Amino acid sequence: MSSSALKNALISSITFLILAGWMLGVRMEASSQGIQLSLASAKSLQWLYIGVAAVFFSQLFHQAIFGRFKKKPGDASSGFKLSFKLPTMESNPKGFRLMVSFVLAALIIWPFLVTRGSVDLATLALIYIMLGLGLNVVVGLAGLLDLGYVGFYAVGAYSYALLSEQGLGFWTCLPIAGGLAALFGLILGFPVLRLRGDYLAIVTLGFGEIIRLLLNNLTHLTGGPNGISGIAKPTFFGLEFNRKVKDGGWDTMHNFFGYDYSSTHKVIFLYLMAVLLVAITLFVINRLLRMPIGRAWEALREDEIACRSLGLNPTVIKLSAFTIGAGFAGFAGSFFAARQGFISPESFTFIESAIILAIVVLGGMGSQLGVVFAAIIMTVLPELAREFNEYRMLMFGLMMVFMMIWRPQGLLPMNRPHLELKEAS
Amino acid sequence: MSALLKVDNLTMRFGGLLAVNNVALELHPGEIVSIIGPNGAGKTTVFNCLTGFYRPTSGEIHFNGEAIQGMKGHQIARKGIVRTFQHVRLFKDMTVIENLLVAQHRHLNNNFIAGLLKTPAFRRSEQDAMQRALSWLEKVGLAEFANRSAGNLAYGQQRRLEIARCMVTQPQILMLDEPAAGLNPKETDDLDNLIEDLRSKENVSVLLIEHDMKLVMGISDRIYVVNQGCPLANGKPAEIKDNPDVIKAYLGEF
Repeated sequence: MSSSALKNALISSITFLILAGWMLGVRMEASSQGIQLSLASAKSLQWLYIGVAAVFFSQLFHQAIFGRFKKKPGDASSGFKLSFKLPTMESNPKGFRLMVSFVLAALIIWPFLVTRGSVDLATLALIYIMLGLGLNVVVGLAGLLDLGYVGFYAVGAYSYALLSEQGLGFWTCLPIAGGLAALFGLILGFPVLRLRGDYLAIVTLGFGEIIRLLLNNLTHLTGGPNGISGIAKPTFFGLEFNRKVKDGGWDTMHNFFGYDYSSTHKVIFLYLMAVLLVAITLFVINRLLRMPIGRAWEALREDEIACRSLGLNPTVIKLSAFTIGAGFAGFAGSFFAARQGFISPESFTFIESAIILAIVVLGGMGSQLGVVFAAIIMTVLPELAREFNEYRMLMFGLMMVFMMIWRPQGLLPMNRPHLELKEAS
Repeated sequence: MSALLKVDNLTMRFGGLLAVNNVALELHPGEIVSIIGPNGAGKTTVFNCLTGFYRPTSGEIHFNGEAIQGMKGHQIARKGIVRTFQHVRLFKDMTVIENLLVAQHRHLNNNFIAGLLKTPAFRRSEQDAMQRALSWLEKVGLAEFANRSAGNLAYGQQRRLEIARCMVTQPQILMLDEPAAGLNPKETDDLDNLIEDLRSKENVSVLLIEHDMKLVMGISDRIYVVNQGCPLANGKPAEIKDNPDVIKAYLGEF
């Protein structure tokens, strides 16, 4: 630690104090003489001090902490560059497993420590993660622009809502809903996948709208604009999380295990279910990437003509991506219906498709970790920005515009798992 | 000896343009046959018709006695006719070895469940594919670049990789569209040897479009000359070399 670091840190924190002081340190008060400046409340001053301290120490220890991540001086690229890498399944299987278990453990413990509202928001984020991952297969991996993805989401949601009315449980309906959505994907995909690029986008856009209009107008089946309400909540092996048995389970959770009823438990249970579903989604897609079909998606995106000349059937390969993507949307949809307890065509408008697509693009096409981050940002940020009221969407839009200017490749660009030849030993 | 590939009266019309007119050709097992002709003569169009990228306006194409005209490109490729392109069409962002794995797609275990669970059968099939890919990389001298992305290879290496990628599909007919374009004389010689090897060791028949006359005359068993879509002449290299019509087509009227 040199004196230059100390000087640098001092200057930085003073700059911070001056800049942030205007906003946090003082406030304007209306008094009899007009508006007067006075010191801000103790709480915001406290934040200011914390900020100053943070800037000071981060500048002071900047070298010591990040120096070790810096590239060797011999490297051409100067400047600070992180060379830290997450362990991957190929390069470091042990580290990868350790990381996955830690993340899972954290995800499971987390809801018990925070408020009900945050758990609920996290569940929503997880639904979007699932949707983003599903669309990522179609758009990011297979390179098919799908603007009607929400249609499959709706199919999944309504499948569960309608089947649960017939008395089927959530866990029975989940695969059925996924399968039905996948079937819709197959049926739609078959005629339209010979189209490419913009044409495909328009046809899928139309398909999404058709599904929504059908839901709106098939009143006897879907309830039309009124939607379906009172959808049964998922149970834990038949144990319900309600105060009294009402969704066809054989007992309630709190009664069976003998603890006091709390409505928070239901929220936490839903959250954990979402975690499970997302984990399954991630696992399946990760495997798919390393399977021949995953390689074929990639190859098809790069050069369809070469694929055909090698005997790969482009239609089948595209169709598989489309179907698998739709299937995941179906899973997400049925979970969404179960969580909400109420669905209507309102939830499946084009803007929903656009948001899911934005998640994929923002995260970095094809990148799974990127999609996860983007989904969290896209769901959490609007909530955090609630105090800006009507400017919320404006900020959201601005953020997207700047994002695309500065990082068109997305937050975490795709780093495909390359199959590598092991050195012969 | 019956023909492996037999083409009769092949005609391809784009609106008013007659790109290929009544072309006939034959390819026997183990032969190397070249199609030559001035630029724009319709050689590549013939290739596109044979490999199913175009649907010929009329004519018959028989492969092992089976009519294949009008079939889709991937179906014909699966029957054992694969081709390269005038411009390199590798999967540039994928590694060299992955390029060869994609080409083996239809030979691999594509069972969804098997892949999800990584069953022993799935692992074995992947390993076999890897082995086959590696053996081909060694044959074309690219084994040391296996983990490099294909787009980063030198041009001559990309050309060789393209041929290897065709060969891992275990074809009966290899169709090369100007494989020597852009290669230096040394690389062209290597290519010459490679094609000879493919014929003698892998029992593949080769159909070749090429402008490099040294290569064509040295390697071909027979040559077809196409001019403005019409067949002009065919025969052994020596006959073609002295054919006045061919000389006229290439050099113009004296």
